[in-house]
Amino acid sequence: MTDFSGQIINLCAALLLLVAFGMLSQRRVLSLINLFAAQGLILTISTAVVAYSSHQSHLYYSAALTLVLKVILLPWILHRLIRKLNVKWDIETLFNIPATMLIGIVLVIFAFNLAAPISQMAGTITKSTLGIAMASVLLSFLMMITRSKAVPQVIGFLAMENGLFFAATSATYGMPMVVELGIALDVLVGMFILGIFFFQIRETFDSLDLKHMEKLKED
Amino acid sequence: MEILWVLAIPLLGGVLLALFGCRRFAPELNSLMSFATLIAATALTIRVINDGPITALNEQFFVDSFNVFLVALTAFVGFTTSLFSRPYMRIEQDRGKLTVNMLRLYHSMYQLFSFTMLLALLTNNLGILWVAMEAATLTTVLLVSLYRTPASLEAAWKYFILCGVGIAQALFGTILLYFAAEKVLGAGGNALLWTHLNGVKGQLEPTVLSLAFVFLLVGYGTKVGLAPLHNWLPDAHAEGPTPISAVLSGLLLNVALYAVVRSKVLVDGALGNHFAGNLMMGFGLLSVVMAAFFLSRQKDVKRLFAYSSIEHMGLTTFAFGMGGPVATFAAMLHMTVHSLTKSAIFFAVGHATQKSGTQFIADIRGLIQTNPTIGWGLMIGSLAILGMPPFGVFASEFMILTTAMHSYPWTTPFLLVALGVAFAAIFGKVQTMVFGETTGQRLPHPPALLPVFAHLALVLLLGVYIPPYLANWYRQAVALLG
Amino acid sequence: MNLSALLFQLLQDTLVVLAAPLLLGWVNQCRAWLQNRSGAGVLQPYRKLIKLFHKDAVLAHNASPLFRFMPYILFACMWLAAALVPVLATDLPLSPAVDVIALVGIFALARVFISLAAMDIGTAFGTLGARREMLVGFLAEPALLMVFFTASVISHSTSLITIVETLAHTQFVLYPSLAFAAVAFVMVLLAENARIPVDNPSTHLELTMIHEAMILEYSARHLALIEWASALKLLAYITIGIALFLPWGIAAADHWSALPIALVALFVKLTAAGAGLALLETLSAKMRIFRVPEFMGTAFLLAVLGMLTHFLLGS
Repeated sequence: MTDFSGQIINLCAALLLLVAFGMLSQRRVLSLINLFAAQGLILTISTAVVAYSSHQSHLYYSAALTLVLKVILLPWILHRLIRKLNVKWDIETLFNIPATMLIGIVLVIFAFNLAAPISQMAGTITKSTLGIAMASVLLSFLMMITRSKAVPQVIGFLAMENGLFFAATSATYGMPMVVELGIALDVLVGMFILGIFFFQIRETFDSLDLKHMEKLKED
Repeated sequence: MEILWVLAIPLLGGVLLALFGCRRFAPELNSLMSFATLIAATALTIRVINDGPITALNEQFFVDSFNVFLVALTAFVGFTTSLFSRPYMRIEQDRGKLTVNMLRLYHSMYQLFSFTMLLALLTNNLGILWVAMEAATLTTVLLVSLYRTPASLEAAWKYFILCGVGIAQALFGTILLYFAAEKVLGAGGNALLWTHLNGVKGQLEPTVLSLAFVFLLVGYGTKVGLAPLHNWLPDAHAEGPTPISAVLSGLLLNVALYAVVRSKVLVDGALGNHFAGNLMMGFGLLSVVMAAFFLSRQKDVKRLFAYSSIEHMGLTTFAFGMGGPVATFAAMLHMTVHSLTKSAIFFAVGHATQKSGTQFIADIRGLIQTNPTIGWGLMIGSLAILGMPPFGVFASEFMILTTAMHSYPWTTPFLLVALGVAFAAIFGKVQTMVFGETTGQRLPHPPALLPVFAHLALVLLLGVYIPPYLANWYRQAVALLG
Repeated sequence: MNLSALLFQLLQDTLVVLAAPLLLGWVNQCRAWLQNRSGAGVLQPYRKLIKLFHKDAVLAHNASPLFRFMPYILFACMWLAAALVPVLATDLPLSPAVDVIALVGIFALARVFISLAAMDIGTAFGTLGARREMLVGFLAEPALLMVFFTASVISHSTSLITIVETLAHTQFVLYPSLAFAAVAFVMVLLAENARIPVDNPSTHLELTMIHEAMILEYSARHLALIEWASALKLLAYITIGIALFLPWGIAAADHWSALPIALVALFVKLTAAGAGLALLETLSAKMRIFRVPEFMGTAFLLAVLGMLTHFLLGS
C-alpha cells in the first residue's frame, strides 16, 4: 500500500512539474489562474496521500488548509480581481515562449542535480520528489522574471509558494503546524495587500503593465 | 512574562491605532505605546542580565545576550522614531500629502511592524522567525507606498516582489534545515527550536545544512540588502515616509542579519569549517565595495543614505563572517552604532527635506543658516557614520579593519578604498547641503531634534567608553556565537 | 515460428488494413455529432475509396514516375507500420523487426516520398505543402523519438514488443514519466496526422493547409491509396499510443483463447481513442502556422521532461 501511495505522490510530483511548465507557456491570464488552482488541487491530493500513508494526522489539516486557501479562496480572489480590473487579455512575455521553456529545462536539470544528494538521505516515501519541488520553485521564479504584467507575476509568486509547500510535505512530512498556519496567514495577507496594490497601480498608471514602472533606477 | 509584555504592547498598539488612528492624539498614542514597549524591553533586558538566558511558553521564546541587545535597541529606536514621526507626519498632513485614513494605516502598521520585528527577535522557532520576517515585509510594503505617487508605488512593488522572492528562498532554506533536524530531533515542533538545534548541531547532516545556509543567506540577505540583491533598498528608503526609512535602515536590516547569524551558528557547528563565514564575507565585501561606488552617483539624499546602509550592513556581515571574538564583538557594536547613527541621520534628513521641499541634494542648501540644529545634526551624524573618531562607528570599524588585516590581509585594500570612496562621496554632498545659501521654508510644527542628539550622544559615548555591563553583554554573545 | 503465430500475423495485417477507414469514419462521425450534425455515417470513408477507385486517373503531363509511384510507396509504408505495432498479440513473426527507431524511420521514409512527389509537378501549392510538412516533421520526429525513449528506459529496450510486455504483463506501477510522454505523444499524433489544431483535414484553405496542399494534384486510385494510407497512419499512431500507454488486454502469446479478449479490448480502446480524438479536435481551434513550431517544441520538451522525471524519481 505504501508503495502505491508512493507512486501516486510521484505522479502528483510529475503533474506539478507539468503544471509549472504549463504556466510558463500560458498566454492567457484566466488559464493561468485555472492552472494555479489545479496546482493547488494536486498539492491537496499529494498532501492527503502523504498524510494517509505516513499516519501524520496534522497533514490532513494542512491538506484541508491548502484546499480552502489555494484551490478555492485565492483563485476566487484572483478571478474577482481580474474581473474588476478587466485584465483578461493576453500576457506579454519578455522572452519568446520556446526560449523560456528551454531555460526551464535547464533549470529542471539543475534542480535535479542539486537535490540528488539530499534525496538519497531522505527516509520518507516521497524522497525523490524534492528535486521536482525545487524545480517548480525555480520555474515559478523564471515565470516571474519573464512576465511584464503585474497579475502573472503575482501568480508566479504564489506558484512558487506552492512549490515550497510541496517541498515541505515531500521531504519532511510537513512543517510543524504552527509554522504552516503562519505561512498560510502570510500568504493570505500578502494576497490582500497585492489586491489593494493592483488597484493603486492601475489608478496611478492606467495599466497593470509593469513596464511603466521603470523610473527608479540608477542613472 | 516580560517577553509577553514586549510582544503584547505593540500588538495592542496596532489594534488601538487601527481604531483611533484618525484622532488628533494618534501620534501621541503611537509614542506612548512605543514607550511602553521600551519599558517592557528594558525590564526584559534587566532580567536577562541578572538571570542569564531565559526561555518561555514551552520554549517557544528564547532570550539570550545576543538577541536581548537587539530587542533593547529595537524598542529604543522604535520609541525615538515615534517621537520624530510625531511632528514629521503632522507636517506632511498639513501640506496635504496624507489623508487621515493614510495616517491611521501608518500608525497601525508602525506598531505592527515593531511587533513583527520583536517577534522575529524573540522567537525560538526558526519557522516562526520566517513568518515574522515575512510579516515585517507585508506591514512595511503598504507604508512604502503610503504617498501613492507613481514612484512610491513602483518602489513598494519592487520591495514586495524582491523581498517576497528572497524570503521564499529563506523558507526553502528553513525547510531544508527542518529536514536535517528531523533526522536528529524527530518530527514535530521541537525540531525547529533554535535551542534544541544548537544542542545537536554537531550531528546535523553537513551537505543539507550547507545547501540550507546558501538559501537562508540569499533569502534573508535580500532583506539585509546585500549586493547583488539590494535593488529594493534604495527605492524603498527613498520613496517611503522618512520615519519608515529610519526604522527600515536602523532595525529591519539588523533583524534580517540576526536571522542569518543565528543560522550561521548552526551551520558552523554542523560543518566544522569556515564555509558559512566565507560566504558571508564574500557577500559582505561585495556589498561594501558596490555601495561605496554607487554613493557618489546619488542625487537624492535619502537614496544616498540608503546606499550607506547597504555599505554598513555589508561591513557588519563581513565582520560576522570573519568570526572570532574581536570581529564578532565589533560586528555587534557596529550593528548598534549604525542603527543609532543612521536613524538619527534620517531624522535630520527628514526635517531637512521638509524644509527644502525636495529630496534632491542639489536643491538643499544652507541648512545651518535656517535651522542650525538640523544642520548640525546632519553634519555630526554624517561625520559619525563616516567613521570619524571619537564616535562609536570609528571604534567598531577600527576593530573590523584590524581583524581583517590580521586574518584576511587581502581584503584590507578593498575595505580601505571603499571606506575612502564613501567618505569622499558623503562628506562632499553633505557639506553642500549644510553650508551655503539657504532656500528653506519655515516648518509649521517644531522639528523633533531630541532623538537626533540623543542618538548621536549615545554613539559618541559608545565610541569613547563602552559601559562594563554592555561590554560584558557583548562578550557573552560573542562566546555564544563562537 | 509456428503456424498459429503466422496466422495471427496475417489476421492482424488484414484487420488493420480493413479497419483503418472505419476508424477514420468513426472519428469523423464523432466530430459530426459533437458539432450537432448528423454526419455521413462511419462507412463513408469506404464509399469514398470505392468511388475513387472507379474513376480514371488524371496526371499532369510533366509528372515523373516518382509522382506515380508515390501512393504505392506511401501505402506500403503505412501498412507495414500498422502491421508492425503489436495490437493483438506480442509474439508475432514480425516482432523482431518492431524496433521503435525503425518505426520512426518508416514514417520518415513515407514523409520524404510524399514531399518529393508534392514538389514533382512544380505547382506552388505542392511546394508550399511540402515545405510545411517538412517543418512539422522535423519538429515532430525528435519529440516522437523522445517519447519512445522514455518508454524504452523503463523497459530497457527499444523493441516495442518488450516495452509492451514490460508494461502490460508486470505488476501495475504508475509511471509519472509516461504521463508526460503521453501528453507529448498526443501532440505529435495531432501534428503528424494533420489534425486540428495543427492542420485541418477537411478544408483547402491555402493559408493553413499542409497535408492537403501536397496531394492536390492526385486523383482517382492514387488519391484513394493516399487517403487509405492516411487512415492507416492514424490507426498506426493510435495503436502505438495504446501499446505504450494502455497495453492491458493484449494477448500474451499466440493463444487463440486470448484472441477474443484482445479483439474486444482493442475495439473498446480504439472506439474510445477515436472519440477522444474527435473531442480534442472539436475543443481546440486551429492555430496559426507560426505557432506550430512552438506547439511541437512543447511536445519535445514534455517528452524530455518525462525522461528527466524518470531518472529523478528512479522508478
